[in-house]
Amino acid sequence: MREMVVISGKGGTGKTSLVGAFSALARNKVLCDADVDAADLHLLLQPEIRRRESFQGGGLAVIDVNRCTGCGLCIELCQWNAISDDFVVDPIACEGCGVCVHFCPEDAVDFPRQTCGEWYVSETRFGPMVHAGLGIAEENSGKLVTLVRKEARNLAEARGLDLIITDGPPGIGCPVIASIGGASAVLVVTEPTVSGEHDLERVLQLVKHFRVPAMVLINKSDLNPDMAGVIERKIRELGAVFVGSIPFSKTFTQAVVQGKTVPELDPNDESARKVIEIWEEVHNRLASLPSR
Amino acid sequence: MIVSVASGKGGTGKTMVTTNLAAALADNVQLLDCDVEEPNAHLFIKPEWTVRETVTTFVPKIDENKCTFCGECAKLCRFNALVILKDTTLTFAELCHGCLGCLRVCPADAVKPGERELGILERGVRNGIELVHGRLRIGEAMAPPLIRKVREQARKDRHVLIDAPPGTSCPVIAAVKDTDYVVMVTEPTPFGLYDLQLAIEAVRVLNLPHGLIINRCDVGNDQVWKYAEKEHIPILMEIPFQRAIAEVYARGDLIVEALPEWKSRFRSLWENIVQQAEKSRGRESEQ
Repeated sequence: MREMVVISGKGGTGKTSLVGAFSALARNKVLCDADVDAADLHLLLQPEIRRRESFQGGGLAVIDVNRCTGCGLCIELCQWNAISDDFVVDPIACEGCGVCVHFCPEDAVDFPRQTCGEWYVSETRFGPMVHAGLGIAEENSGKLVTLVRKEARNLAEARGLDLIITDGPPGIGCPVIASIGGASAVLVVTEPTVSGEHDLERVLQLVKHFRVPAMVLINKSDLNPDMAGVIERKIRELGAVFVGSIPFSKTFTQAVVQGKTVPELDPNDESARKVIEIWEEVHNRLASLPSR
Repeated sequence: MIVSVASGKGGTGKTMVTTNLAAALADNVQLLDCDVEEPNAHLFIKPEWTVRETVTTFVPKIDENKCTFCGECAKLCRFNALVILKDTTLTFAELCHGCLGCLRVCPADAVKPGERELGILERGVRNGIELVHGRLRIGEAMAPPLIRKVREQARKDRHVLIDAPPGTSCPVIAAVKDTDYVVMVTEPTPFGLYDLQLAIEAVRVLNLPHGLIINRCDVGNDQVWKYAEKEHIPILMEIPFQRAIAEVYARGDLIVEALPEWKSRFRSLWENIVQQAEKSRGRESEQ
């Protein structure tokens, strides 16, 4: 079993479009959307949801006015300034640490567990898919990422499929860390801009920190050919594998608008041909890595 | 006035808007780059850094000589940062949220304040723009505490612009909370629209007035405009897709400097924001 996680550091480089394209090209796989904050893969794959489960996060403090004597200890102890002078907890600011619950002399703080999202197992025209939606302004996105990846693995095992392709979140923080631990490889999608270069460097350092093999592709490579050259050199310096470039193409946007993947829209389009070539390269490299 | 620039989807042009808006205002402006996972504003502002400090957060340090292994701290900690084994107390510093509960609950006074590095905070200036940003330490999972640290640098006597991280969860909330106005940057594609709807729900939860910038307005379809109309969200500015703009951005230059006609457009954008923010304040005071 192998899992490839597609990440980028910088948002908007084309992760989801590429995962969509790979969905159309790969065989025997499960698709997984781990960008739980802003999941978009379903817009390309139109999954039919077969199983729907709620995702339980931690608790949040709620002060019972009938039991509260207004001593003010909770306000003093709260590190997040989440409790107002009239003892109402702001659910957005509350970290769910439970300190107020523990120390309240009157036992006046309840701590109900929150449902902070949902996850789904679905069927698509390219095979099974696991995805999720985090509630608005919720935390625990790292936990939900871990959960959808685990469910994708269970599904692959149950159906005898040997590949998981995971659409990862942007950045280098909690959700990204949760998305790369234990992966067979990551594929980083970057772009030839100063921001792309800067963010690539940080995300590759993170990947190295977790000792996951990294491949990198440069999307929209002709926007700045000089920068694309600089990035290619940098990829090698940072110990990652450069797997190819895709020139800027309106096909990507057209495909998204039509709810299709790039190879479905026009397999003879220049960028589609490039994507197919890169998938073959990525797939071969993936096959040579140890199974997990 | 504090204006934050956000978007559900990454890569819609938040940093482009924030840096060019700052440059168009030029003086008396402070830019806080709160995308601490991947800060990019400095690549365009190119400031001379004057301040650089390490930002840390509390983590428990156990005094083994005092610890009786009673387990009170581990019982209290909701984040599994403390584990008691037979005759040792393990701390998992990276899981600690810094609630200080363990410090208070320990009957043996064995918990001492330790530190975990969150990242660094830098401050610099160029052409009348003061830039402050955070750079999350590689491997650190929690962005919000560092974002809050960057937010604390906001100056009362300036226009403050905040470049927010992408998404709709805690880092974004930490960046836009208690700002006077939120500018949402989107692109008119199904991805852009879907993520925008999530982000708008988040700013509504926070009860913040907001408007919309549609970047690359000539690609995709018309659904974003239909959504904005239905939801009564004002459109503050539309930016067409031009290869010239994309190339200037790719180089790391400012649009308002490379393509001077954009300077007045970003100035009008600012006036537009100020007007909209005043309007919504007026509506609030009537209620």
